[in-house]
Order: sequence, then structure tokens, then C-alpha cells
Amino acid sequence: MPSNGAPIGTPTKVTQGSKTKGGIGESTLRPDGTLKVTGEFAYSSDMWHEDMLWGQILRSTVAHAEIVSIDTSEAIAMPGVYAVMTYDDLPTDVRNYGLEIQDTPVLAHGKVRHHGEPVAIVAADHPETARRAAAKIKVDYRELPVITDEASATAPDAILIHEGRDDHHVGHVPHPNIVHRQPIVRGNVEEAAKKADFVVTGEYTFGMQDQAFLGPESGLAVPEEDGGVHLYVATQWLHSDLRQIAPVLGLPESKVRMTLSGVGGAFGGREDLSMQIHACLLALRTGKPVKIVYNRFESFFGHVHRHPAKLHYEHGATKDGRLTHLKCRIVLDGGAYASASPAVVGNASSLSVGPYVVDDVDIEAIALYTNNPPCGAMRGFGAVQACFAYEAQMDKLADAVGMDRVEFRQLNAMEQGTIMPTGQPVDSPAPVAELLRRVKAMPMPPEQQWLSAGEEADVRQLPGGLSNTTHGEGVVRGVGYAVGIKNVGFSEGFDDYSTARVRMEVIAGEPVATVHTAMAEVGQGGVTVHAQIARTELGVAQVTIRPADTQVGSAGSTSASRQTYVTGGAVKNSCELVREKVLEIGRRRFGSYHPAWATAELLLEGGKVVTDGGEVLADLVDVLEDEAVEVEAEWRHRPTEAFDLRTGQGFGHVQYSFAAHRAVVEVDTELGLVKVIELACAQDVGKALNPLSVIGQIQGGTTQGLGVAVMEEIIVDPKTAKVKNPSFTDYLIPTILDTPTIPVEVLELADDHAPYGLRGIGEAPTLSSTPAVLAAIRDATGLELNRTPVRPEHLTGT
Amino acid sequence: MRVSFTVNGRPQEADDVWEGESLLYVLRERLGLPGSKNACEQGECGSCTVRLDGVPVCSCLVAAGQVEGREVVTVEGLADFAKQRAERGGCASGACGTSLQDAQGWAAQGQDSQTGEGAELSPVQQAFIDAGAVQCGFCTPGLLVAADEMLERNPNPSDADIREALSGNLCRCTGYETIMDAVRLAAARQGEVV
Repeated sequence: MPSNGAPIGTPTKVTQGSKTKGGIGESTLRPDGTLKVTGEFAYSSDMWHEDMLWGQILRSTVAHAEIVSIDTSEAIAMPGVYAVMTYDDLPTDVRNYGLEIQDTPVLAHGKVRHHGEPVAIVAADHPETARRAAAKIKVDYRELPVITDEASATAPDAILIHEGRDDHHVGHVPHPNIVHRQPIVRGNVEEAAKKADFVVTGEYTFGMQDQAFLGPESGLAVPEEDGGVHLYVATQWLHSDLRQIAPVLGLPESKVRMTLSGVGGAFGGREDLSMQIHACLLALRTGKPVKIVYNRFESFFGHVHRHPAKLHYEHGATKDGRLTHLKCRIVLDGGAYASASPAVVGNASSLSVGPYVVDDVDIEAIALYTNNPPCGAMRGFGAVQACFAYEAQMDKLADAVGMDRVEFRQLNAMEQGTIMPTGQPVDSPAPVAELLRRVKAMPMPPEQQWLSAGEEADVRQLPGGLSNTTHGEGVVRGVGYAVGIKNVGFSEGFDDYSTARVRMEVIAGEPVATVHTAMAEVGQGGVTVHAQIARTELGVAQVTIRPADTQVGSAGSTSASRQTYVTGGAVKNSCELVREKVLEIGRRRFGSYHPAWATAELLLEGGKVVTDGGEVLADLVDVLEDEAVEVEAEWRHRPTEAFDLRTGQGFGHVQYSFAAHRAVVEVDTELGLVKVIELACAQDVGKALNPLSVIGQIQGGTTQGLGVAVMEEIIVDPKTAKVKNPSFTDYLIPTILDTPTIPVEVLELADDHAPYGLRGIGEAPTLSSTPAVLAAIRDATGLELNRTPVRPEHLTGT
Repeated sequence: MRVSFTVNGRPQEADDVWEGESLLYVLRERLGLPGSKNACEQGECGSCTVRLDGVPVCSCLVAAGQVEGREVVTVEGLADFAKQRAERGGCASGACGTSLQDAQGWAAQGQDSQTGEGAELSPVQQAFIDAGAVQCGFCTPGLLVAADEMLERNPNPSDADIREALSGNLCRCTGYETIMDAVRLAAARQGEVV
């Protein structure tokens, strides 16, 4: 719950006009754009310091084993090696970390629980020396049986992944190898099922997806004279990192200073710590700056992935196409450590119905502890897996009833006022039927585009592409639709606040605003939006965005589609407080000259104080003179509450976000090759603060959904729990040839609870993209296809 | 070993280079040119794309010793490279490429300031900013070098041409639509100038 007197859930409205150039609603360009196109932008992997050492992590080669012994003597004896550290060298009794449950060892202690777990760390004067030294460390493992699925995790004699659990979920889970369980029960599902004329069931499987951000985990830790350390790092939430790092180092938080360096994408994969503590430990041990940069291979082991899932769904519908009930069970594989699994379970269960009206439900979602790679946050966060299943169900139900698939969805679509299965009313626009109407109404891409350039087939337009596998023979087109619902912001009672410091002063004869937050800019364009908000609220042309660091209060995580809403809301709020102070100064200085200072509503526009009637009262330069006005304040959206542990009832979510897709695919049915021709999207964004960035988010999210539909999957060997494809050669993400045109329609239906009426947008397009592509492939092939990603062998049966 | 080669029109020497080091490592860690990015180190992602004697290559796959006496252009030199190409008449014909002689006949101008303000950009760099093709930006340097080289060869590319030319450059943020927009925009602007 909120910890101080900051405003709670204050609805914010547009009080300032739009006369200031570069304000909200315009597609202003990124302030970091020039640096990024010239190669000057400093990413975390670009950091350099005189006398710098390179850190390297030794990771386990097996998934589940007791560590019998570790021999570091050869490694430490190598020329150029400055330090080798294992569990025994950790400086304090705090030796675990974790986002919610502190179950993750900084370095393995006695046991490893997944393939690629950190066992030892090395610092050396060249990265290759560090790698070779790490390879000289001898670890003797005594292997244990691996737990890889629900059956092996919950077997009566199953080895406990974590012995002696004392976290706050252990009391309500049916087995200690289950991280968290969230049931949702509403209405009377058995009675409602009797009304069903058709019952449709399905078993669905969702593969393990990787965030595959392009900038690998990296950072530089610099020891400081006061015994502390300064860490320059790419992360999604500086203050969450700080809270986990400082106790392990045995330092107060004030002695661990953090500065955000350039972040090469995140998508959830930087919510958990990676190299942060290791670099700090080596820097403090050696007294020298230490840089750690993962290569791609290590990056696949260095962050959590999207939970793979098994989903069992049963829906009923009446003859006239109304949904009667839902029974579903979602099993998420959380892997060896908890990470964000509890919150992913909350999302998967509470959003498992999708954007539809179903009054009678019996839902259960669980996350397992296994010896598979740890899974946690990735764009869409539990809602993605559910959407894949419920949208497949909607097509089956529509077919059973004999209705058009889009019309069936529209008939059952939720709208403002619908009660969620959690009992929470949807109290802002929910234009689900309208989004479907819009994607359906978009013009279809022309048939046989491969012939558009002439008589010869352009193989680049065909499945198989430049492999030249077909000139159109055996190619069948399919079309599919899907729609999804995602929550925005941290849910279930989390105190999800952001802090913004805003300063206004005259510099070189011009009023200038400075915005300082700890928001992690990971590419999404938050820095662009903060400048736009400051221009709108303070009526200045010049805005300076200070680098994000821990010298200002927390801005929360750059995840859950929340930053424009929450840190944007905090910037807006602090600007409003600055504006009031500026007007106070103005009244003090000039109030006696004009009655409007006391009587009119005053605005800051175009560098001036004006009345709401447009009369200019003073230049900001004259009002401020040499005074600087500065405010740092926390801002909160309305509070939420936990879901009841037995019934799942509760006001758990802040806001919902909706997107719909239409996928058009062409399938070479003989070879099982798929080319996605077009992925049209319609999304409600409440208010597009920066339309160019909004469309960029929608297209980027859509493409990640496409990836997990047809190619992206981390393959884990079920016998050994070892990762088989940790590289971009074997884990494929969409190239520009795999990605179709993505026409986007943006709706702006204001949510009155949110700043400017905006809606968090980053994740919703990742949900419906995948099931739309799957539906289109089913349409082309007539196959059932209950798992994603779809591979050629699933289409050819070979 | 010592490696001597030309980077962005300037002679450079790197000392104490270990034989296993890549061109990418030498550029980033020894010559202070971190613009070329390391995202996979196996030639799959294209983030480290530079031009070696005019030809786009993944610098992570080029052993540093292989560039002895040769000519490298990185993203840091792209603006000047494009400017001097334009001053020499550009490549309106559509199939010229850059000869070794041409590549060696230019030199990069002074460095940008810390903020990048006032930086003179190449048409393709400006188009990436204007079209919203930059999000996290990690893939951007490699894409810029590849796109600039494609437009040099093919000033009027079809969409399929652009996709083919950039198919070795992964981007995880944009879904490529704004990258397509940016290259089309750069081609159109280039057409206006000619």
C-alpha cells in the first residue's frame, strides 16, 4: 500500500492546451536518435575504464547435480588472472537474490538446479584470458535425476527443487515443487454447462520463447574510494536491482550507486539480475573496474525466458452462439527459480477467459519448479499463453455453432461494464468488437503477389523464399483472426509508484525544463514522451532529460506496459506542481499589475503565462528571473488488491489493453513452409502520446508474436534438461524476409482513470498475433495444430 | 602482433593484438570505435556490419590479421563516407559499388560532440531517425552500413530488394516496418537530389 502522502489514483486531465510545439500527441523524434545512428550512443557493453578487467562466469554443464568439489587452483595461477571467486568467497550471509522470492544463489552452493547456473567467477586482463581461466576450474558434479514436467515435479517421491521453502506461497500450494497456484471460481460452472448445446475441449502447448534482445547482458562496476561501487548497467529497473545487490555485497544502498547505460532491448529479460552482483563482487575484490559482457551463447543462459505452458480448456456454447462456461487449467513451467512466476500465474489465471463474457468459470493456474531453465517475465507475461489457447477455442466453438468466426467473437465480446472472472468490473472502454470489425474491414493483400513483377515467379514472395522451393505449386492461402486482453501495470496490490524530479529555470535567456527519473529507457521511447509531457505541461520548448540513475527515487520497472502511464504520470504530476510554484512566483511578483493573476485559470504556453482566454500575462523568463523551481514527487495509479487465494476474486488490475489481429499466410502444404503475407492490427491506445512510437510498439510486439508462431523455441532435452539451441543459428527470430507488412489502425478511446486517458500499449499486440497466425495456418491446411511454434513437420506429418 | 589498416579514411595501428581477435574486437576495444555492435559473434545478426574494401562484412567473422593494409568503414565514418561519395557524383547509374581506389580517396571529418548535436548525418542515417526506425538502436549501426551499401548499388530498390539486402540484419524492436520506411525514404530523398 502507498507509503506516503503522495496522491493516490488521482485522475489527471488535460489542463494545458496543445499550443506548445513538440507536446503530447505529436510524433516528435527521439532525443537519442542522432547518437544511435552515429554509433556514439554508449550501451552497457561499450563502457570502458582505464585499468579495466574483464569478468567471466563459469556455468554448470549439467542441470541437476550436487557439487562434490570445486578446484580453482589452476585458474588462479594463470598469468593475467586477478581473482577467482566461488560461493565460499561471498562476503556476507545474504547469498541469494530474487524479484519476489530470494531463492536464486549468487553462486551455486552445494547444488546446481539448471543447465547454465553460475558456479564461479573470474576477473582477468583480457576477456579470452578470463574465459580460459574459467575453463580451467574443475567442478566435480554428482548428477541427480532431472525434474522436467508436472508429472515428475509432483510425483510422491519427487526430489524437492528447493528444500525447506519458507516463502509466502508455500502454505497454499499442493506440492513444494509448485511455486504458486491461483484458482478462480465464479458462478456455477456445472449448472451453466448444462445449458451448453456444444462443448469444445482442447489441450494446447506453448513453447519456451526467448526475449532475444540484441544487446547482450553487460555492465561495468567501478570500485569507489568510500568502499562502495558504481555500477553502469543495462536493466529494466535500477532500484529493484539495487535492493537485491547491496545486501549481497554487505553495503548499504547508499554505497551502491547505479547509472543506467544504453540498453539494447529488454522485453522482460532484464527484470531479473544477470551479471550485476558478479561484476560488483569482482570489482570490490580486485579494487579495479570490472566489465562483464555476455556473448549470445551465455545470454541464452543469462536471463529467464517466457514460461512454456500446457493449457487444458473446456468451453460450452448455446445454439445461438453464446458462451456458457469455461473450465481451464494452465500449467506453466517456471524452471529452477521463482523469478516472476507468481505474478505470471496471477495474470494467466485472471486473463484466461480472454476479452469475452463468461459468467461461470472454474479456472486454475500453477507454475512449477523444475530443472528446466528459469522462466519469468517476457512481453505479455502469462496473458500470451492463455490467448493462444482461448483463441483456438473460439474458432472451434464458432465452427461447432456454425457461425462466422469473427461474428462469434463479437457476439461474446466484453465491453465497458463487463465483470471480469475476478469480479472486477471493466470500467473504461473495451472496444473488442470494434477492433475485430476494423481488422476484418482492412483491404486484403492481393493474391499471388509472387507474380506481380512479371511472368517469372519472384521466389522472395513465396514460402521457402530464396531457397527456391516452389514457384506457387502447392501453395495455399489462409486467413485467421484473434483478439486479446492484457493488464497494464503491476497488479494484485503491488505499490506500483514512480518518481519524477522536474526543474524549471532560465538558461541563456530561455526557460528550460529538466526531467530526471530513474526510468529505464530500453528502446521504447519513454525519454521522448517525458520531454513531450514537460513541453505540454510547462509550455517550454527546451527540455533536458537527465540520465537515469539512483540519485532520484524509483521509477518502477520498464515492463507491464506501465512506463508511459506511471512514470509519464509522475512527470506530469511533478510538472503540475512546478507549474503551481511558478504561478505562485508570478502572482507574488506581478499579481498587483493585472487582476487575472488572481481570478483566471492560468496556463503556461509558448514560454509565457497566459489566461485560459489566451491573454498573455508575463514571460516565464521574467517570472523566474534567476530562481529555479524544482519538485521531486512520487505518483501512484489507483491501488489494486490481491486475488483471493481460493476464489480468485479481487480488484487486481489497474487497466486493460486490447488488440486484434488478422493474419494472412501462404503455406507450401507439401514442404510445410509458411510465409506470413500480412499481419494487420487494430489496437485501442486511449491516447497516442507519440503516434510514431505507438505504431513502432505495435509492429514490434506483433513481430515477436509472429516469431513464436512459426519459429522461436528454446529446445530443452527432456532427458537431461539441457538447452540444445543457445545461439542465433539454432534459435531463430524473424528476419526482415520473414516479417510481413503490418498495417495498423489505432483507436483512441480515453480511459478517464489514466493520465491524458492513455492506455499502456507495449504488450497487447504480442498476444493476438500468435493465435491469428496459427488460425490462418489451420485455415490453409485444415490441421488442428494445438502447439506453437508450428514447425514444418507439424504441417507435413513427416 | 601489430595490425595496420585504414579505418574511416585514417591510418590506424593496433598493437599487442592476439591472433584470435576479430576485427570487431580490435575496432571496439583497441581503437575506441564501439559503434559496431556485438550481438551474436557468429555472423547471424549483422549488428557488427562494416565495409571491408567496400564490401559489407560481419566484422565478428573477420580475423583482425586479415585486414592488414585494407580499408574499413564503420558506422562512425558513414556520414563522411556518404558525403564524400555524393561530392564525387554519387552513384546514379545504379550498379557502381565503391572501388578500392574510391574507398581510399576519402577521410573522415572531426568527431561528433557528446550529445550528437550538430552532427552531419548521411541520408540513410537521417531517414532512420525520421521514420522511427530506431528504438533500442543496437541493430541500427549494422543496418545503416548495409542499407547505405545497398542504396549505393541500387538507388531505386523494390521492397523485395530491400528485404533481401537487409535479411542478414536482425532487429528485435521494430518489426522492420519502419526500417522499410526509412530505406524507402532515403532512396526517395536520394532520387530528389539527383
